[in-house]
Formats: sequence, structure tokens, C-alpha cells
Amino acid sequence: MPRITYIEFNGTEHTVDGDGGDSVMETAVKNEVPGIDADCGGGCACATCHIYVDEAWLTQVGERSPMEVSMLNLAEGVADNSRLSCQISLNESLDGLVVRMPESQH
Amino acid sequence: MNAILPDPYTIPLEKLDPSSPNLFQNQEHWAYFERLRKEDPVHFVDSEDFGPYWSVTKFQDIMYVDSHHELFSSEPRIVLGHSNIDFDPPMFIAMDPPRHDEQRAAVTPAVAPKQLAELEPLIRGRVQAVLDGLPVGESFNWVDRVSIELTTQMLATLFDFPFEERHLLTHWSDVATENPELDVNGNGRTEEERRDILMECQQRFMEIWKERAGQAPKMDLISLLAHSPATAKMEPMELLGNMILLIVGGNDTTRNTMSASVYALNKFPEQYDKLRANPSHITSMISETIRWQTPLGHMRRIATEDTELGGKKIKKGDMVVMWYVSGNRDEDVIENANDYIIDRPRARHHVSFGFGIHRCMGNRLAEMQLRILWEEILQRFSKVEVLEEPKRVHSNFVMGYTDLQVKLHPL
Repeated sequence: MPRITYIEFNGTEHTVDGDGGDSVMETAVKNEVPGIDADCGGGCACATCHIYVDEAWLTQVGERSPMEVSMLNLAEGVADNSRLSCQISLNESLDGLVVRMPESQH
Repeated sequence: MNAILPDPYTIPLEKLDPSSPNLFQNQEHWAYFERLRKEDPVHFVDSEDFGPYWSVTKFQDIMYVDSHHELFSSEPRIVLGHSNIDFDPPMFIAMDPPRHDEQRAAVTPAVAPKQLAELEPLIRGRVQAVLDGLPVGESFNWVDRVSIELTTQMLATLFDFPFEERHLLTHWSDVATENPELDVNGNGRTEEERRDILMECQQRFMEIWKERAGQAPKMDLISLLAHSPATAKMEPMELLGNMILLIVGGNDTTRNTMSASVYALNKFPEQYDKLRANPSHITSMISETIRWQTPLGHMRRIATEDTELGGKKIKKGDMVVMWYVSGNRDEDVIENANDYIIDRPRARHHVSFGFGIHRCMGNRLAEMQLRILWEEILQRFSKVEVLEEPKRVHSNFVMGYTDLQVKLHPL
């Protein structure tokens, strides 16, 4: 079970065990981790599950799809390590993943 | 009230056309969409008013169409119908990438989080002033006195439009969403009259535009457009189109949600009790109202290639209508979808803002305006009582109210 640490904008950390196949977004929602809205429910269609991937994990989480790039244009405060958390699927290689939340989902 | 239309279950399925504005004004559209969701979720009809088109009525199919802009184009317009006088001012909601992306990016700073935080005290002050000026214990039209007044003030601020002329913005918004081409009896404005009024709108905005272009950049929508490289050289008709988009986007939607919140809380009094007992439900109540009301009933697309949706073969060039008003009542995604439940889990999971690259850019501003309104209402009145059934807008696009008679009860 890959373990993920979510760090809220105010610094509060939440470490939870995820299930392989679930996305980083779904794992947050299932565990009631605040800071991810996920309005569209995981369709890469709303940009309200924006997170920043810890630099050490950038390669492992893979590349953004063209649609994800389009949708990130709608988000606020997008950086090089910005991703939509519904587009990162969990597997054992992501055990220990650390992601940070933006100030708000926009 | 229009003539009662036939029960949708008596119409042969292949003839079922949910697009008549009369249906929406009479609230008879719900049964049409219920039948379509059950029997033919991706439905083709050759409409008397609008010609042949596909209706997409379920949540997931709507999300699919909305988030595949390469398959379903937004050009040249995003609502049913066509202009008989070739009057279709271009606007970025009715453009595809890359032009859409550039123009939208020019105006988004106006509704960025930092900007919203600065607007909050101003909005609160205005809400307080409007509510404090209302009569207690006598009947009045909530639409005029509260919903229109507050959204018009907000629009004037977003455009930095002369405050004393702000009623013009509401007027232009109303004219822009009329369907004169459907007005077969000629009771309303003609298409030519509508065009002339919107040309006056263009004139006024051109004057302000030129003034802003000559000044230092500011955060209002006109200044942002006048100073962005992507939009500084817009043709006058394109300026008009984008002004209409921003006026309608910021006006009708929030206005009708403000009215809907009062109406829904009266229709579901146990929910009003829940809200009064626990005002922390305001945030989810706002999302639930936006779902339940669905301020914009549909968006239209054109297929860019042959494709398949819900087992139906859609041909390149076919018109595809996403009925948001139906997707928000899809029981496969939203439990007890016809009920209004202010503390619904995952209340933000609705289609009212659309999905994909055209998703509503002002959604956080709208939610903030509604939140402040209800924070202030709960501090002043024990009840905003609806006195009779509201009068509604004649439209398949704007799901709105023209008259909502209410009486205020003091705390």
C-alpha cells in the first residue's frame, strides 16, 4: 500500500495509506484530507484538485497529458511541479510520495 | 403562463424535443428530461424551432462532451438557434483554442483569489446596504430589489463602469439573452431592434475602452482586455461579443441563483430550518442551489469529426446540446437529485459551471457573493418568506426568475 503525505497550505501534514490504482485525488477524498475539491470527480475536467509534487518525486509521477496542461491553465499559482492529482495513479513505486496543496482551489 | 404542452410520455420518442422555451417557463421540461435520461440519453430530434440536433442528458456524457473540445467545437455560438440577420458577435466562450485560451487568459486576473479577497469587504458593505433598505413585513419583488440590484452593482465594479449608469448593464444582459428569432408572434423585440440596442452597448464600451487604453493598466475587465497583447487589437464586434459574454456570465447566473436560494429554502422548509440552526452549511447550501437551479440550462457544440457517444453515431457537423439542467438531476451520479439538500456530501459535484477549457471563470466570485448574501440575511431576518409561485424567464438557456414576491420576517 503506497503511503502518501499531503501537506496543507498552512503546513498541516496528513499521511495516509492509499490503494494501488486509486488516484492521488481519490485517496485524499476517501481519507477526508482537506484542500482538494475535485468538482468533476476525476475527469481531468475542472482543475480543482491542483497540487504541487515534491521535487524528489517529479520523475516518478510521470508527465502531464495535453488535456491536463490545458486544464492547469485554469488553475491559480501554477508552477513547474503543478499537477492535477486525479491524473496521478498510485502504485508501489509512489510509496512515500509527498504533495503540497495550493492556498485554495480556483 | 403558456398553453399546457403535451405530456412527454404521450409523444413518440423520436419526436421528443425538449428545447421549447415554453417548457422551461412552465417547468414542464423536467419530465421530458427524465424520460430522455431513462429511454434515450443521447437523443436525436429534428426540431421545429432549431433544426436537427442531439440532446445529451446524462452527467457523465455531458462531462465527456464538455472536456473533449477537439471533438466538439464551440464555434460559432454556444446556444441553440441562429441569427436570421447574421448578427453573431464573436466572444471567447464561442471560440476554440488557441484564440479562446489567449482571450480568456487576458481577463482571468479580474477574478483571481487575490482580487476576490480585495472585493469581499466591498461586496459585504453593499449587501448590508441593500438588505438594510428592504421593507420588513410587506411584500416586494426579491428579483428586482436584491438579486438584480446586487449583481448589477458587482458588474459595474468588475468593468469599472460608471456606477450611476449601471442599470444599462442589466438591460443589455437581458436583451442579449432574448431569442427574438423564436418570437413568431412578434410580441417582443425584433432581431433588428435587439441588434440596435446591442450596438448602443458597443458604442458605450468603445468609448470606455479607448479611455482605458490610454490610461495605466488596472484590474477591471475592460482595462485588462485593452492592455493584453491578445485582445488589445480586437475588432469592435469582437469587443461587443466579449462584453456580452462577461455581462451575461456575471449577471444572469448569479442573479438567478440568488433568487433560487430563497425559493428553494421555502420549498424545502426543513432545509431552511437546518440552515438557521447551523449557518456553517452556507457554503454547501450555495453549491446545492447552483446545482438545483442550474442557472444556464444548456451549452451547444458542433462535432468536428464522426464520433460515437452513448452508442450513437454522431456525424461531423452535427449539433450537440449538453443539457446541464438535466445532468444535474441524473440519479446515477446524484442521489435524490430532485431534492434540495443543503448539506449534501460533495455538493460541488455538479455540472452547472461546465467542464473542460470553457469552465465558468467567475465561479468563485459567484459563490462568494452568494455566501456573503446569506451570512448577512441570517443576521437580519428569521425568514425570507416566498408568498406565491415565481414568474419565470421564457428561455431554454437562462433558467431564471422575473418575479419572486417575498415578505421579510424580523429576527
